[in-house]
Amino acid sequence: MKLKGWKDLTPGSVILEGGNAVQFKTGSWRAFRPVWKKENCIHCLFCWIYCPDMAVNVKDGKMMDFNYDYCKGCGICALECPGKKGQTAIEMVEEGK
Amino acid sequence: MATGLTLKELSKKEELLTHGHRMCAGCGAPIAVKMVLLATDYPVIAANATGCLEVSTCISEYTAWKIPWIHTAFENAAATISGVETMFRSLKKQGKIDGNVKFMAFGGDGGTYDIGLQSLSGAMERGHDMLYVCYDNGAYMNTGIQRSSATPMGADTTTCPAGSIIPGKPQKRKNLTKIMAAHNIPFSAQASPSHWTDLMKKVKKAHEIKGPKFLNIIAPCNRGWRSKTNDAIMLSRLAVNTCYWPLYEIEDGVTKITYTPKEKKPLVDFMKPQGRFKHLFAPENAELMKILQEQVDSDWEKLKRESECG
Repeated sequence: MKLKGWKDLTPGSVILEGGNAVQFKTGSWRAFRPVWKKENCIHCLFCWIYCPDMAVNVKDGKMMDFNYDYCKGCGICALECPGKKGQTAIEMVEEGK
Repeated sequence: MATGLTLKELSKKEELLTHGHRMCAGCGAPIAVKMVLLATDYPVIAANATGCLEVSTCISEYTAWKIPWIHTAFENAAATISGVETMFRSLKKQGKIDGNVKFMAFGGDGGTYDIGLQSLSGAMERGHDMLYVCYDNGAYMNTGIQRSSATPMGADTTTCPAGSIIPGKPQKRKNLTKIMAAHNIPFSAQASPSHWTDLMKKVKKAHEIKGPKFLNIIAPCNRGWRSKTNDAIMLSRLAVNTCYWPLYEIEDGVTKITYTPKEKKPLVDFMKPQGRFKHLFAPENAELMKILQEQVDSDWEKLKRESECG
């Protein structure tokens, strides 16, 4: 990426486009990847509410998948997942394996 | 639930803090902020004191905020948002602007308990219509874990390192929620991201009250607390269940405990997973451990008495 010169920047470096951090993908930070086991999911959405990176996709109140472009692999979702009958619906798997 | 606070309903709302921010993996602060913004049903303008949250959510040309957001220095988030709120009132009076906008400030414990305390105290005393949210991670995590006045007694930080001279921070932490309530403001409360319904109810309540409000949220920091990346919610839950971080609110001088743990857990449960308390488990620090538990017990008993008196 070519850096902007001072003439290209807005006065006071004001950012005019809110939420443009989505252009910066943080998924490459991840060492462990959460893997969703659909069959054990009760759609409680705890993973969604507790995710610090807003990396859980939910549609119509149902868990859809993880957004690996942004997930940093902290593992909070896997720890908080109640699962079904003691079977967790989220497992952390080492990247590259 | 009559409050509309079900995760199913909330998940349909737009998230006003986006992904792509650069807080560490497993940080508690963005979870707290996301919950606060999810509970906000009004247009909102926020100021942010310097701290982890400020520097990591707005790096160079990127911002993770979808709301008008102002970066301020460490010491003046409350002063900045007071100015914005005053300008809004003035423009409204002149008929140049209309609407119901809420004003918020975010700050870490460094920017709130220590450096920003004078401006916060001033804003609270002047009675600006604003909600100040402090995410308390118990040290200056952004600059490398220096002690703050929110650091718990006995915690190891880089400026009160545990060793043969001192067993971590020698002083007790400050109770800012009560200091804020002592400003005779209409609402001052403590919340935890693990108890999200309680947190969001407090935010909703605060937005309906006119005048200065203060909300203190515990935000575990796995780098500074020397814990794992996946335990922010678990640790904040333990903080509540050990009564280290009781959930309560002080509305117009009346104290109310909003959540009483079913079974009060010993403080060691909260401390054990955290490396910053590791040295306290050595036999020579057994006495200090006892003192820390006694402090939590007496603070909890005191809070219960205050809550009963109303």
